[in-house]
This record gives sequence, C-alpha cells and structure tokens, in this order.
Amino acid sequence: MADKKTITIAIMDAPYENARSTTALRLIDLAARRGYNINVFAYEGAVLQPFSGQTPHPNAVHGRNVEEENHFIPKDAIAALMREAERNGGKIDWVNCGLCVDERGAGAAIAGVRRGSPADLWQMAEASDNTLVIATR
Amino acid sequence: MTRYLLIESRDPFDSNDVRFCCDLAQQLAAVKNEVTLFLVKNGVLPARSGARSDDLTRLAGAGVRVLADSFSLRERGIDERRLATGVAAAPLDVVMDALAEGAKVIWH
Repeated sequence: MADKKTITIAIMDAPYENARSTTALRLIDLAARRGYNINVFAYEGAVLQPFSGQTPHPNAVHGRNVEEENHFIPKDAIAALMREAERNGGKIDWVNCGLCVDERGAGAAIAGVRRGSPADLWQMAEASDNTLVIATR
Repeated sequence: MTRYLLIESRDPFDSNDVRFCCDLAQQLAAVKNEVTLFLVKNGVLPARSGARSDDLTRLAGAGVRVLADSFSLRERGIDERRLATGVAAAPLDVVMDALAEGAKVIWH
C-alpha cells in the first residue's frame, strides 16, 4: 500500500477512568480500518488496558445478568482492534512499560502485548510518520 | 508554513488552562501557520452557542479552523446545527488525517 502509514500513540490512563481512553481506542480503530501500522506505548495506569484478568460482571443493582449488562471490556476491544488492523493489512504493536507493569502487578496481558521501556517509545516515534502523546492532566 | 492540529479535550468550566490552547492557536496562526483547533470529549462543551463560546468565535475570526468532534457532541446532546459561529462539527478522522499527513498534533 503506497500510502501506508505508521502512527505511534502514547497513552497513560487506566481503564474505566477517563474518556481519554475511549478517544485513544477510537483513534486506534480509525488507523486500523485504514490498514496503518499502529504503535501503542502504554505507561502508568494504561498498562492495565490490555490486562487479561478483566472479567465482565453482572449488575445486581440494576438486576441485570452478565449478558444483559454487556459490560465493556477494554482487553476485548484491544484484541478486536488488533484483528481489525491485521484484516486491513496493518499491525498493532502494543508495548507496556515494564516498570509500570511491575508496580501494578499487571504482567498478565492479552496476546500481542509485549513488555518494554520508555526507550521503545523513542524508537517507535523515530520509526513512525507521526506520534501523538495523550497525556493525563 | 507549518500545519498544526491542537486537540482540546478539557472543559473550560472545569479547567482554567483551556485558554492556553486558544492562545497558542491564535499565536501560531498570527505567524502564518495553518492551525486547526479540534475539540473533543468535554472540550466540545463551549461549542454551544453562548456557552463561553466567544473565545472560539474570536479564534475562528483570527484564521484558526475550529472543529468539534461529532461523536463527542452527540454523546452530550449538543445539536450540530446550533454550534457557535465559526465552529463546525467534524469526525475524529480529522485527527488521523493530520497525523498521516505529518502535521504537528498536540493533545491538551
């Protein structure tokens, strides 16, 4: 693909805490649909976004079972985005900051997520057409 | 001329530093850069006409393209047809286009 691009996105927010995470996933989705290669560098709480221990739950307060609650699970969304990228000829290279992982006991991640360091963010940015850092406030 | 896309995600009713982004956009445009301010998440709240929208209208008058994320507007029940003067609704694709085309993209 002549116009295939590589975009790096750095994220910091933990799941379920801020709409920045939703916007980051929306951007990754757009890039995946375009067949771009997407590098994601997750640090601080964002290393929990692809944490494989996430589990859907019922909502007893509203009287809904697991299926009815249809809880949004970030790790499943990320896995779907990885499949979408591959389906369109692109790839998502998701790197979790190792120190951030250790601090949070978040070593268990879905397939396709690898451990790295801030040096990976620099290398990703160097090899990308562009980089967006979505910082916490 | 350098192309800039500034992404404002903060609510001016909640964050005092939103004006920083407007000031930066205006200063970049004043020295002949191509500047877009893209509002997303609660950053779209001032896009409602009259809701502290004067800064955005003034910015548009200064040559900055001011856009508000359609999805964020819909999430908040803001009618795209009733935005402040100078503000237009646009999809998030604007951000991905800018990244792909090599613009300087800054998230705030």
